[in-house]
Amino acid sequence: MSDGLVWHRIQFAFTITYHYLFPQLTMGLALFLVIFKAMAIRKGDESYNETARFWGRIFALNFAMGVVTGIPMEFQFGTNWSRFSKYSGEVVGQALAMEGVFAFFLESTFLGLFLFGERRLGPIRHLAVTIALAAGSWLSGYFIIVSNAFMQHPVGYRLGEDGVLHLESFTAFMLNPWALWQFAHNMMASLVTSSFVVTAVGAYWALLGKHLRHAKMCMTSGVIVGLLSSILVAFPTGDGAGKMVTRHQPVTLAAMEGLFEGGPYAELAIIGQPDVAGRRLQNPIVVPGILSFLAYGSFGSTVHGLNDFPREEWPHNIELLYYSYHIMAGLGTIFILVMGVAAVFLARGRLLAARPLLWILLLAFPFPYIATTAGWWTAELGRQPWVIHGLMRTDQSHSDLVNTGDVVFTLLGFAGMYLLLSMLFVVQVLRQIDRGPVAAH
Amino acid sequence: MDSIWFTIIAGMLAGYAVLDGFDFGVGIIYRIVARTDAERRDALAAIGPVWDGNEVWLIAAGGVLFVAFPKVYATAFSGFYMALNIVLWLLILRGLAIEFRLHQENPLWREFWDTVFSLASASLAIVFGATMGNLIRGVPLKERGLSGMALFTNFLPGRDAGILDWYTCLVGLLTLVALAGHGAFYLAWRTEGAVRDRSLALARPAWMATILLWAAATAATAWIQPSVFSNIASRPWCLGFVGLSIAGAWGVFAFPKRGRDLAAFLSSSAFLFGAVATALAGNYPFWLRSTLDPGLSLTASNSISETQGMKIALVWWSIGMVLVCGYYTYLFRSMRGKVSANSGDGY
Repeated sequence: MSDGLVWHRIQFAFTITYHYLFPQLTMGLALFLVIFKAMAIRKGDESYNETARFWGRIFALNFAMGVVTGIPMEFQFGTNWSRFSKYSGEVVGQALAMEGVFAFFLESTFLGLFLFGERRLGPIRHLAVTIALAAGSWLSGYFIIVSNAFMQHPVGYRLGEDGVLHLESFTAFMLNPWALWQFAHNMMASLVTSSFVVTAVGAYWALLGKHLRHAKMCMTSGVIVGLLSSILVAFPTGDGAGKMVTRHQPVTLAAMEGLFEGGPYAELAIIGQPDVAGRRLQNPIVVPGILSFLAYGSFGSTVHGLNDFPREEWPHNIELLYYSYHIMAGLGTIFILVMGVAAVFLARGRLLAARPLLWILLLAFPFPYIATTAGWWTAELGRQPWVIHGLMRTDQSHSDLVNTGDVVFTLLGFAGMYLLLSMLFVVQVLRQIDRGPVAAH
Repeated sequence: MDSIWFTIIAGMLAGYAVLDGFDFGVGIIYRIVARTDAERRDALAAIGPVWDGNEVWLIAAGGVLFVAFPKVYATAFSGFYMALNIVLWLLILRGLAIEFRLHQENPLWREFWDTVFSLASASLAIVFGATMGNLIRGVPLKERGLSGMALFTNFLPGRDAGILDWYTCLVGLLTLVALAGHGAFYLAWRTEGAVRDRSLALARPAWMATILLWAAATAATAWIQPSVFSNIASRPWCLGFVGLSIAGAWGVFAFPKRGRDLAAFLSSSAFLFGAVATALAGNYPFWLRSTLDPGLSLTASNSISETQGMKIALVWWSIGMVLVCGYYTYLFRSMRGKVSANSGDGY
């Protein structure tokens, strides 16, 4: 690996995985800020404003981490993936530039007003500012997913005689069906993460017996949004995104599912370890016919297995891809159960008294982060060996003129800096949670 | 199309220099002009609501460069690999210093992040200035592209120059003092009391140093890259930017004496915008000059994306800029007047 590909890949995987820990919370949390601000006006209850201010501080910390770790993502297209940029910039660049012009300006100017302007703006205009902030953050999600969707399922382009991609249809590119499903699925996942976090903080306060009014607000909205989004992230959005993979990346589907031998009545693997060399699943627990049904809507449909495809078309890392997908899907199922039980207790008015359930809700918050990360790994590993599916291979896309020593240096630099920042960040967040919603800042 | 998009990106970069420039400037002088915790919170409240939006000008300009001149984006970013990664780390530290500082009252915690904020801002000013110097001086661009450049070699602006040589360091130093003066006028405009007085006291020597270094950098440019001057001479409209700088340079000395803080800040904005615009206009049509063979240089016309896509981009870009002007107007109007962290302008 003297040309450094592996280092470029590790750096990108590490920095993007780390970066996305923050936006997945803030995009969903923005909606909770709107809910709390709106309830404060409607009910005339200052506790809602205190709750909104508390989550505003958590939002600000996460947003700052998201912004500063996000700039390297844009830069790395040029610094580490210059051949990809040269080849696809005319097309992918449309979405990235629009993200800056339409989403980031909206998001960051209104964040400034949200954080610093409450006294100057008054309640109604401050709510409007919060809505603009939420719109900006969801919009940025759309533009970046359009870029990713183009890499997964390129549309609206034309390969020119000069050997680079040109934009053929702006609307086809912006309304890529892959992007629509992926965006819906991703935003629901973001709501799942934020719901579990909001609920966990409420459960923490409830278990300690403090800030009970605020704890109740957090848990009520957290469980309601949490149950809805946990269902929606699986169906219809996860199902729709999965059908996109089935249609456009059939070999990826086979690898995700660990399906080596295809055919009708294809079985869905619940558990099992892929043995890629032996082309089989070890210790499998499977349900016959379900995969055919999920992929094509009927039990008898034929699903292609990995054996139906030439070896060089297989994703590089089938084991990690298989586990990523199964972790995501398995956790997603558990989220529906947990939020479903919590919703029953909430409806009966017993949620704050059910201590074992409060403990579960408190300890559950890391798992949506894991599920979301696993989901993105599924998308990115599943696309390999392509960086742009069917058009450009990953090993043709990195900056071949950058010295490998430079890349190892920056990877270590990012690793060290992010490790340090993580510790400081966690300390800040824990302190804010301990201080709670009422303490003066 | 190529000249339109060159102008757009140059304009966004000049705008970035003015807007995030005052944030960097506040960072550079922050520990000197704001001494107590209350004063520092006032200084941070002055940039708090706006710095993040200002930084977006850089991100948006990068995105627009990506779509309009992908070859330039790919070549420059991978060629300046080390410098840009250092910029990224400094931007990370700058942004988090502002945010993290607020969250704990421990004086050592705040002292630490104040220092990080100052050092990161000062270093960024120098690196951005040096980057500008590289565009004017040229880089060792080969047929295959630009190999990852060394940060420094022998500090001579020859064929094997690193990113830092005496010329680019000079431009970096000029940027440092100019932004210090710019930030001082922003603070003078937005704060009152001791912070305002100290900022104004610091502004004068900063601007005198700026004018001297500006003259030195201009002379050095005449020696290193004389074509910049012949370009400006052959395009009379470039003189408009030169005039803007000169008017700004007059204003930074004239207005503070009369107590007109906003006019002084607008003057330093005009100076910076004019200076960056002059440099980029003088460099037109070059994005990346090759020091090895002028024929290998990347210019606006040999690296522009296809017309069809760029026409569409021109439509959405124009709409976007109208919106952005709206956001900025609303932001600055809502936060107008002197700030004071104690009366609720902090969070």
